[in-house]
Amino acid sequence: MKKDEVPQDNNQLHQQSFKQLMYAVDNSGDYVKVPSVGWEPENVAMAQAWEHVNEKIALTKARVISGELSPIAYYMEKCLMDLPTLAAHIGKFQWQVKRHFKPAVFQKLNEKLLQRYADVFQISREQLLHVNEIK
Amino acid sequence: MTAPLKGEIDPGAFTHTQFAHCESGVASNLLRHYGLQISEPMAFGIGSGLFFGHLPFVKVNGIPGTTYRIWPGGIFNKLCKRLGVKMVSQKFKQPAKAMAALDELLKEGIPVGMQTSVYYLPYLPPAYRFHFNAHNLVVFGKDGEDYLVSDPVMEEVAKIDYDSLAKARFAKGYPEPSGKLYYPVEVPKQVDLSKAIKQGIDQTCNFMLRVPVPMLGVKGIKFLGKRVKKYPQLGDRRATLFLGNIIRMQEEIGTGGAGFRFMYAAFLQEAANYLERDELKPMAQELTAIGDQWRQFAFDAGRICKSRESHANGYDLLSDRLMAIASQETDFYKKLWKVKL
Repeated sequence: MKKDEVPQDNNQLHQQSFKQLMYAVDNSGDYVKVPSVGWEPENVAMAQAWEHVNEKIALTKARVISGELSPIAYYMEKCLMDLPTLAAHIGKFQWQVKRHFKPAVFQKLNEKLLQRYADVFQISREQLLHVNEIK
Repeated sequence: MTAPLKGEIDPGAFTHTQFAHCESGVASNLLRHYGLQISEPMAFGIGSGLFFGHLPFVKVNGIPGTTYRIWPGGIFNKLCKRLGVKMVSQKFKQPAKAMAALDELLKEGIPVGMQTSVYYLPYLPPAYRFHFNAHNLVVFGKDGEDYLVSDPVMEEVAKIDYDSLAKARFAKGYPEPSGKLYYPVEVPKQVDLSKAIKQGIDQTCNFMLRVPVPMLGVKGIKFLGKRVKKYPQLGDRRATLFLGNIIRMQEEIGTGGAGFRFMYAAFLQEAANYLERDELKPMAQELTAIGDQWRQFAFDAGRICKSRESHANGYDLLSDRLMAIASQETDFYKKLWKVKL
């Protein structure tokens, strides 16, 4: 990659200010560091990854509002976690966390465990409890 | 535990420099603080950072992982070993203790390297904040309650609050940081890099050519090539997600569109000058050309992701590109290995 080929494809994901350094070859054939504001293929891949995340969030949200799942399922997606990661954070087995996705089980969770979930999701316990919060 | 170096550090004298990649950047920033000038490409090359692996069974959110570098922490460990730098590395069970240990070190004026999760670093643009747990940075001081961070991918020094840093150090999931921190305790003032460079190159060639696992090294590139050919069977949606992830890993912040190939080429160039070995210069050029092939691959893959339609021949083309890259890289490492250093 030549110095003048270093991509400068900005998009809103990068927030203008964020420039990465890349190694490229200058006219005399020496490697130099060149700042780049972004590259189209990477922008596309990143936008696509976020789109995928947002779809999953929206889907889970609908299922929580309809009473099919507990808010834990929603916040898990919202925090970009998967079941193994969330279980590791909470310190429970995956099947236990999965059970907490059931609204009936969720209703009976003790204060301490609810607080732990809230901490992991970086929200308050009240936010976690009230389904209205996510609408 | 060895006692940290004293009297040789001027507190607050830590200087932050932006680099392309976190681990090699932290290595360069930390060692420079102790008077050992090692450029980022040099750190990457001596630490045998270049690699390839496609691991379909290591899935993140159901998407198979691809890597263009060796495992997290590997670059740093090998670099230190080969330069004769002694490091202390600690892990913790409790966040409070991990943060207290950090505070103690900062009080003594010791800049501390640590492993963190990108997700909890508030100064990064939100779009980059996925759960990636192998991000390295240096904390070198405090401003009130906030910590001063030298993050190699940032232009300027950043700040982070206690809670965010504690969370970033104790994220879960592979590779789990477990509050890991590290700092040099013995840094030689003068090092002859010749042997270290040779060891670094030797291991990279060995790993790329000889690891007897089909998913790793140049075999791994072929392996990925074969799998990409079958991606259309996954359906458009999953196929483009899989493809997108290959690009994103290739583009792991600031590696110049070629998954570390350019950085390694820069290393070979520097090594050629250092060792006064002109044979390495054409090797650097050859790797630059291979890097450009990787860029072309990402470019074509990005177009397929964008158009969202799978044309089977699009994937065939990508597969062919990977196969070509694999054979070019095989030739490259074989030649590099033969250069008498």
